[in-house]
Amino acid sequence: MPTSEDVPAKDSSAVRERSVVRSLLRLWPYVRPVRVRLFSAAFVAVLASCLGLVIPLVLKWMVDGPIADGDKGGIWLGALYLLLLGILEACLFGFRRWLVARPLAGVEAAMRADLYRHLQRLPIAFHDRWPSGQLLSRGTTDLMLLRMFLAFPLTFLLVNGTTILVGFLILLMQEWTLGLVLLAPVVPLVVLCSVFEAKYSLVARKAQDQVGDLTTVVEESVLGVRIVKGFGRHRSQALAFRALAERLRGTELGKARLLAGIWALIMVIPEVAIGAALVLGTIQVADGDLSTGTLVAFLSTALALRWPVESIGFLLAMSQESATATERYFEVMDAQEETADAADTAGPAAVGDAESDGLRFEGVSFRYPDAEAGSVPVLTGVDLHIRSGETMALVGATGSGKTTLTALVPRLHEVTGGRITLDGEDITLMPRQRLRELVSVAFEEPTLFSATVGENVRMGAESADDAALSRALDVAQADFVHDLPQGVHTEVGEQGLSLSGGQRQRLALARAVVGGPRFLVLDDPLSALDVHTEALVEAALRRVLEETTALVVAHRPSTVMLADRVALISDGRITAVGTHHELLRDNAEYAWLMSGADAEGEAEAAGDAGAEAVEGSMR
Amino acid sequence: MTSSPTTTADGPPGPDDRGGTGAEPGAGTLTGDGPGTGDRAGTGVGTEAGDRAVPVHVPGPVEAASGEDPFAQDALPAPPGATGALLRSLLSARRGRVVVAALFLLLQQAAVQAGPLLVAYAIDRGVPAFRADDNGPLIAVAVGYLFCAAGAGVFQYAFIRASARVNQDVLLDLRGRIFRHAQALSVDFHERYTSGRLISRSTTDVESLRELLAEGLQELIGVILAFVYISAMLLYLDLGIGGLAVLSFVPLYALVRLYQHRAGAIFGKRSTAIAAVIVKFAETMNGIRPVRAFRRERANDADFHALNHHHERTNGDAILEMARYVVGSRLTANVAVAGIVLWGAFRVADGTLALGVLAASVLFLRRLYDPIDRLGMFLNSYQSAAASLEKIAGLLAQTPSVPDAASPRPLPELTGGQPGREVVFESVSFSYRTGGEVLPRFDLTLPAGQTVAVVGSTGAGKSTLAKLLARFYDPTEGRVLLDGTDLRDLDTPELRRGVVMVTQEAFLFSGTVAENIAIGRPDASRDDIEHAAKAIGAHDFISLLPEGYDTDVRKRGGRISAGQRQLVAFARALLADPSVLILDEATSSLDIPGERAVQRAMDTVLAGRTAVVIAHRLSTVEIADRVLVMEHGRVVEDGSPTELIGGIGRFAGLHRAWRDSLA
Repeated sequence: MPTSEDVPAKDSSAVRERSVVRSLLRLWPYVRPVRVRLFSAAFVAVLASCLGLVIPLVLKWMVDGPIADGDKGGIWLGALYLLLLGILEACLFGFRRWLVARPLAGVEAAMRADLYRHLQRLPIAFHDRWPSGQLLSRGTTDLMLLRMFLAFPLTFLLVNGTTILVGFLILLMQEWTLGLVLLAPVVPLVVLCSVFEAKYSLVARKAQDQVGDLTTVVEESVLGVRIVKGFGRHRSQALAFRALAERLRGTELGKARLLAGIWALIMVIPEVAIGAALVLGTIQVADGDLSTGTLVAFLSTALALRWPVESIGFLLAMSQESATATERYFEVMDAQEETADAADTAGPAAVGDAESDGLRFEGVSFRYPDAEAGSVPVLTGVDLHIRSGETMALVGATGSGKTTLTALVPRLHEVTGGRITLDGEDITLMPRQRLRELVSVAFEEPTLFSATVGENVRMGAESADDAALSRALDVAQADFVHDLPQGVHTEVGEQGLSLSGGQRQRLALARAVVGGPRFLVLDDPLSALDVHTEALVEAALRRVLEETTALVVAHRPSTVMLADRVALISDGRITAVGTHHELLRDNAEYAWLMSGADAEGEAEAAGDAGAEAVEGSMR
Repeated sequence: MTSSPTTTADGPPGPDDRGGTGAEPGAGTLTGDGPGTGDRAGTGVGTEAGDRAVPVHVPGPVEAASGEDPFAQDALPAPPGATGALLRSLLSARRGRVVVAALFLLLQQAAVQAGPLLVAYAIDRGVPAFRADDNGPLIAVAVGYLFCAAGAGVFQYAFIRASARVNQDVLLDLRGRIFRHAQALSVDFHERYTSGRLISRSTTDVESLRELLAEGLQELIGVILAFVYISAMLLYLDLGIGGLAVLSFVPLYALVRLYQHRAGAIFGKRSTAIAAVIVKFAETMNGIRPVRAFRRERANDADFHALNHHHERTNGDAILEMARYVVGSRLTANVAVAGIVLWGAFRVADGTLALGVLAASVLFLRRLYDPIDRLGMFLNSYQSAAASLEKIAGLLAQTPSVPDAASPRPLPELTGGQPGREVVFESVSFSYRTGGEVLPRFDLTLPAGQTVAVVGSTGAGKSTLAKLLARFYDPTEGRVLLDGTDLRDLDTPELRRGVVMVTQEAFLFSGTVAENIAIGRPDASRDDIEHAAKAIGAHDFISLLPEGYDTDVRKRGGRISAGQRQLVAFARALLADPSVLILDEATSSLDIPGERAVQRAMDTVLAGRTAVVIAHRLSTVEIADRVLVMEHGRVVEDGSPTELIGGIGRFAGLHRAWRDSLA
């Protein structure tokens, strides 16, 4: 599976930093509504942080003052200060979290809702390009990451920056020589962290991709379990899996090695500095240049500063990641929604009795948006007129563009040339909403949603009453519904009862016909049915088709028989239109498609070649 | 002065390590309300694995009704204690390494925690000694500190590497077990347990265990060790101060328990809420065509808003619960510190306590309470991992209903130069495990080399018959024999040399077209593959693909239609060259020319082979030597096609109807 994660641009770090900021700024519209709370929280955090720095000063005051003097009142006072500061600090922590808890959950939810809304309105071609897993990971992992970013790294870059500044000021003011000793490791730490970050992000990225590959093998071995079992290929699958899993393990161990290295350094370097400060400080205390209280306070403060200093590196790393998440999010949000409906949706611009003109394709051509520039379009100039009330079967060899053509009618794809009219009205000038009300579709791949059978069928027409529902189920011969645990109220789909292909196909058909649509597009609607059921569905469907204008993709004569006329599609254009019998008589390609037995000589030759090949392929 | 005690977990988080709880390097500070201290684990990726680990299941009416069926639930029932047993068995295989890793951590903590002791020593001994011109103690402090710093670093390094080894081995082991087990489980299991659940078992659930192993466990061990060490140090420094500190654990413990209890409930709700969001999201995107065609956008927006909002609420609840915990524990800790300092100060003033001891105690105290927040975080990742492990244990507790042969036997040598073998169903009956007889007891013999068509309406038991023959199921009673050998006595390679089944769903694995065909016989040459494809009529469309046989079926330009997939599946079966070939609706998506081509090929392919062909379209029957008509699990008609067509039975009727449909 292609790991279609966007590869991070390898700009110089300066450019990257800038673009990180620029990416993150795009979050502003979502953050704006909660800005007051967010900024208050940051302020509270700074306050709490500085409070923590005051505590060592109180300790110092106690050690050098009341304790040394044995001043009991002073000790009580000092302890009281400590207590108050402690309580205040705890409350501020809580207050900060309380301030942002709901608003940030809200930001996350708003972004997710927007994403969902937007995705539903992006062109189908977009969805063809993007695996749903990629979209889902943007809607979940990335957004959670962004919420966390707003809650922590953003605030704490500010807070820790301030803390470090204030802390070192305090240190330098207390004893500037010792302060400088402690300041020394800051530079190497920052450098080390950024070097590490660069290396680590590469390995981490690799690990992510390998997890993706592993997931693919798991997914496929589950989805294709019948094939794996049918050919007894467990062992080779297991070997492939093991190879990938071990590769991942290797990468993860490499990651751990990097981590171990950086951690060792992060532990040792400041430690050495603090140790040096301790020794120097002790000498100064011994020499009487420094009070014991100052030394204790100094070391306490240094301890308090360790975390803010070290954290800067990974706070920046998290910001980096959040910037990537933001980019990933807006990558989708920036995609153009389906072009807005034409503003002018005035009455049909067509002439005469356009009212009952039926469905008309005029010079329709189509090429998939992601097709290579030079490739042959799927449809090149399709002209076809389905009269009002008529049923037209669409027949063509595999890959001739039948399914593509049906997708153009409800504008799931937009024609790249020519036009399609419904009763004389160009579909590109109609609001999609109305177009899709007029045209009802049953897809080759029948998809049911997690909802009851009834709800699934009613998606075809919200207003359908129970009578219409049971009529539609009758047409589709979906009487199996009554044997389900709760009849039409049985949950189906991913979270419900799983139905067989034939059952799903019948429900999809019911969904297409439930509203008595004016135009009906059916893509090979009976392929998964057995002969007996198929005959019953056909009989019932015939009555529905009498009242509607329909385009039916057909593979088999039995389905073709539903139609008044047949259109043969070949190499992206309609090459013949007529009744089944006319075409069967006059059109060799059609006869071949419908019986598989024409073009005698050719077929025979092919058969012989096939036979030889078969023998060859058998050991 | 030293670094923080428990910085033992992962370091500064990289791109995929964002939840890294250990990413909070030196938490040795009262002010450290840093990113590491809680919310992140409470709300972020740390538990997000847990969120995802509760995937596609939201209670619906069906579940309420069919609550009896364990397969309707996300988690399969696991025998009590299975979760613990699973974890133990994973770890016990690498007991040695676990011990070594723990030892490293122990030493690392020892080095780290020695810091304040040296401070006390420096103040109480170093200062007076230095004043007396004795540099010894001070040099000792300097050297000791250097050693401790180096030791902390080295052992940290060693521990991270050792524990990563353990973690990765455990994950490798677990992934392998799930994978192999899922593959070993029989088809009927896969038919009932949806693929989505199985996939999330081996991905998100394993991931949440990874989170726990990578961060949580180290965190927990680190926290415990820190508690133990620091308490010991405090007690060593001064019994009274140490005792007070230990006493303060009581309210803290109560707080942790309270949090664990309340957060557990909220997290459960939250993960159900996000699972519902994910399901809705995925379902919409996967079914985007019908969504658009049936104008579901607005209705979906509304549905999604409700689910999303519910998640927002529970999400906020979880964050607030964490906030409460943080306030409570901080408050307790700060009060304890103030109290201890007060008491200690009085004692110093009285002269019953050395000043250095008080200073060291204060330094120790500050880090004693640091890990509390992280304990909350550990609880989060523990809860999510425990839930995942339980689900995994439930899966692993399933026994394959089609077990491997205990003492495999080979098939007898083929005789007569023909590839076919005789198939005998001997007093076979089949019922689902849940009850419900599908095939009542029957006997059936298919002579070697015969092509048998099985027809009948949906649910007549045709596919079950085929699956018994392919050993996707084992019969409830009786035996299925291949040349006299029970299928249950054949090992997998032998079985698949004997029987291969081509089904309606023609799944393609990622990889090239050629690789997909080669699944039939992995050692096949390119010539063999092309021969097979030509024989079945797939060669033409494959040559037209951008890179022919080397086209990746998952890449752009690899759009392969349902019919074409079926042709590839056929080529696969052809290449496998089995004695018995089963075709179950294998031509349903082909157009008529395609079907004809397949049939022509079959004439040659099936010659001498035993074949069972199931098809709705009766055209297939034309190539059969014999037709079985099934109804309600029984064979109701059995004869040659001409006999049956000429007769007055069901088949004659069906055949007429089919003929008419072709007219």
